[in-house]
Amino acid sequence: MTKGLVVTYLSLIVLIPLAAIAAKAFSAGPAEFWDAIRQPQAIAALKLTAICSLIVVAINAVMGTLIAWVLVRDEFPGKSIVNSMIDLPFALPTIVASLTLLTLYGNDSFLGIHAAYTKFAVIIALLFVTLPFVVRAVQPLLLSLDRDMESAAESLGAGKVRIFTQIIFPNLLPGIAAGVALAFARALGEFGALVLISGNVPYKTEVASVFIRGQIESDQVVGAAAVSVVLLVFSMCMLAFVNLIQKWGLRHDR
Amino acid sequence: MTEITDHLNPESHGIEVREVNKEFGDFQALKDVNLIVPDGSMTALLGPSGSGKSTLLRTIAGLEVPTSGQVFIGGEDQARKPVRTRNVGFVFQHYAAFKHMTVFDNIAFGLKVRKWDKQKTRDRVNELIDLVQLTGLAKRYPSQLSGGQRQRMALARALAVEPSVLLLDEPFGALDAKVRKDLRQWLRRLHDEVHVTTIFVTHDQEEAMDIAEQIVVMNNGQIEQTGSATDLYDRPENEFVMGFVGEVNSLGGRLVRPHDTEILPEPTEDTTEVEIDRVVRLGFSGRVEMLTVPDKKEVWAQLTRSELETLSLEAGTRAYVRPRAEAVTKEDTGALEEALREESPATDTPIPAEPALPV
Repeated sequence: MTKGLVVTYLSLIVLIPLAAIAAKAFSAGPAEFWDAIRQPQAIAALKLTAICSLIVVAINAVMGTLIAWVLVRDEFPGKSIVNSMIDLPFALPTIVASLTLLTLYGNDSFLGIHAAYTKFAVIIALLFVTLPFVVRAVQPLLLSLDRDMESAAESLGAGKVRIFTQIIFPNLLPGIAAGVALAFARALGEFGALVLISGNVPYKTEVASVFIRGQIESDQVVGAAAVSVVLLVFSMCMLAFVNLIQKWGLRHDR
Repeated sequence: MTEITDHLNPESHGIEVREVNKEFGDFQALKDVNLIVPDGSMTALLGPSGSGKSTLLRTIAGLEVPTSGQVFIGGEDQARKPVRTRNVGFVFQHYAAFKHMTVFDNIAFGLKVRKWDKQKTRDRVNELIDLVQLTGLAKRYPSQLSGGQRQRMALARALAVEPSVLLLDEPFGALDAKVRKDLRQWLRRLHDEVHVTTIFVTHDQEEAMDIAEQIVVMNNGQIEQTGSATDLYDRPENEFVMGFVGEVNSLGGRLVRPHDTEILPEPTEDTTEVEIDRVVRLGFSGRVEMLTVPDKKEVWAQLTRSELETLSLEAGTRAYVRPRAEAVTKEDTGALEEALREESPATDTPIPAEPALPV
């Protein structure tokens, strides 16, 4: 009974829309689909999205772990405030984030930094919205990590670097992987935070989601659906990859 | 059996602690601690929770730095050296198993740090796996082992690097009673084979008396007495040791052992009046449980069968008790009761509060 309900719900909310997108993309046949994603503008948008997302996720994996570390292991005044600020990019409407970044890096920037409408701006905006994922995935793992393991390693002669790489890091890896997966998915599909700051210059700063909207506005529904399917495939590959890392990272918890 | 001496010769692998103090903020965890642990001996640190026994062990290991004082291991003051250079084997109460590594990799960890070559490492690890009776489990992860097996693995990991001393912090504390008993006999036999200077922390006097040659009784951050089980039982230096090691009754303001408690049918000038509550015959000996009159404090006496028969006591009747003439007694100032009452579930080492994680 409950199982039936869950399957129905998931079908309605997730599976059917995804299937519909795929159906739409292939509605005019595989050749059309192929042509749609082979448009140079589509390729440029997908490439930009994928590369920026990978860069962002790599930075997040390192910085997110570092932030989680400081929040768990270090004591400093205002720690709880910093801790609650981590979720802010998540709570903020993304268009507000974009506007904020535009005032900071746009042409009227009071900092004098004119980064808007560049790839750098795309990366900054994505870093902003994906900040919480790795931090929040790693934090609980760090909190529950048995500190005696570190003392034991130390008593066996291990230095700080070895303790981190061989004792702490392997135990955080599943969390980092989970955070990375969510951050990557979010970065691939981000629209609101980019639409103002990136300037949407075709071939330069136009990301896939903005390209999709452009296609729909110019009535190229198949093109929009085709690029969407490619994004979907990217996401699924990333999720599968991360799943493998997690399985491997948790192999000892059977 | 190792001779217990006043000074360690400098070449010895024994441990000497001199005038060690340790403060955590306002709390003084160790006060002027002096201790000698002879080379190759097995010593127990015994005391209630919060008595400083774990802090002392961690200070010897280098997991805590003393506020003042010296810790000699192998003739050298190592009090300010980090744990990783001391070559000590440390075993934790909750195993501290590297849960993401197999049994083999756990035991090999210290050898890899020391850059042993692969073949030598494999031989040494296999030898230890056999020694701690985990043969065939090398590829298991700690989560696939029982508590006793995990602790034996932790012991093998500590022994692998041939430590100059082996330190165990309540090693059997997390195990159930049966496993605990087996494991401590096994540790004793292992020690007879390996001969490494060993100190273990326990709050269980039976455990300490069972396997340690030297027992150090601690209370309130201080050493109350150091000696063999017999010394502590027969010649306690103070009220705390008398009460903490072995059973005691409080009779007319003095502490007396149950086997030193004499029951008389008629009062004399130094007796306490009691009501017989229960008479239990256990083979050769027997116990008489009594309540003092009028304040109903529990007192018991251990008697031989013939003594019991001569007295022919019955529940509900009155009798009179006093310490035997040759008995060891100590004044009962209530300090013992206080020390044991203060015993809290808090551990010896303050644990930093976990940072809050708002969701």
